[in-house]
Amino acid sequence: MPLGLIGKKLGHTRVYNQDGIMTPVTVVQVGPNHVIQVKKKDGPDGYEAVQLGFDEQKESRLAKPVVGHLKKFKSTAVKEIREFRNFSKAVQPGDLLGADLFAVGQFVDCIGTTKGRGFEGVVARHGFRGGDITHGAKGWHRRSGAIGCRLFPGHVNRGLKMPGHMGVVRRTAQNLEIVQVRPEDNVLLIRGSFPGSEGDYCIIREAKKISIGSKRFTSIHDARKKAKDAAAGAAGKKDEKKAAAAAKKK
Amino acid sequence: MKLNKSALFDKIEGEQFRKELQNFSVGDSVRVHTKVVEGDKERIQVFAGIVIGVKGRGLNLTFTVRRLSYGEGVERIFPLHSPRIDKIEVERHGDVRRAKLTYLRGRIGKGAMSIKDKESPEAAASSRTARSAKGAAAAA
Repeated sequence: MPLGLIGKKLGHTRVYNQDGIMTPVTVVQVGPNHVIQVKKKDGPDGYEAVQLGFDEQKESRLAKPVVGHLKKFKSTAVKEIREFRNFSKAVQPGDLLGADLFAVGQFVDCIGTTKGRGFEGVVARHGFRGGDITHGAKGWHRRSGAIGCRLFPGHVNRGLKMPGHMGVVRRTAQNLEIVQVRPEDNVLLIRGSFPGSEGDYCIIREAKKISIGSKRFTSIHDARKKAKDAAAGAAGKKDEKKAAAAAKKK
Repeated sequence: MKLNKSALFDKIEGEQFRKELQNFSVGDSVRVHTKVVEGDKERIQVFAGIVIGVKGRGLNLTFTVRRLSYGEGVERIFPLHSPRIDKIEVERHGDVRRAKLTYLRGRIGKGAMSIKDKESPEAAASSRTARSAKGAAAAA
């Protein structure tokens, strides 16, 4: 069952592993996350969920109903409140959650809001090819072409790809690996990138498709372990050979 | 508590920096010891040549080393802080006036790899006094 945290994108950098392989990472601040409310199936809410709050905020900058809600559960003022269904860790209101909720090698889904692009044409928005730039093309370069038929059906089909507003939508990047966990700063280093600008809030959630204990998770880590063992075994063999050669010399 | 972003990034990147201080600059002749994995063995390979450029900074700093191999110019770009680099030896310091020595690429033969040695600070001072003395004598 999913674990999750509210995070804040801080930026990107790169990390070397011991083999000298460089990994691009996104640095995400994930805490402290305050547990505000725990909803129970047999309680008044009728479903299992945990409400988390993140980032400090002046009480005067929050809406009064929000302040009231936070006061009710004796929580400090927070900027961002999100709910996580079926939280698999048992928590109490007032608990603090941080980066140590996740472990290195675990896979997560990162949910963010994509950067706003404004009003975009079909080439940028839907990847249409447009027209020729040369070969005698006159003023027909980035258009979409025909959008329908004639008297039948007499209207444009619904959902047809057209120019319009692009970006600022919730999107999920799935199965990103956690490269480092830094509980002292409450920071996660997550391999690759995911939607959103630096400073944006995001949700870091246990991966739906490669959760710990799932077939895919174990197969990935088994393969890695095998490769490591093979390398270690080969090195061991080399030492054996050396020892044997040395023994022969004697 | 507010998180200091730049301090955090300095910390993350600083952890990966090369422990020993690197004291070379463009124009120097260096020997770069790199770890090479062949099959299941790991050995050290040396790439010796002239540093013809340095790019980037911090963790992203890379430097280009040029050498002549059987009469053919070869350039390799190394990330300074890569754990694959065992060590960097400086053979001699070169005296150059450019940040990027791309002009070496067009050179053939002896001129291709020769860069004037950089004078040590004391030697530079003494040659300067000698030169000024010479100038004074000429003026007189």
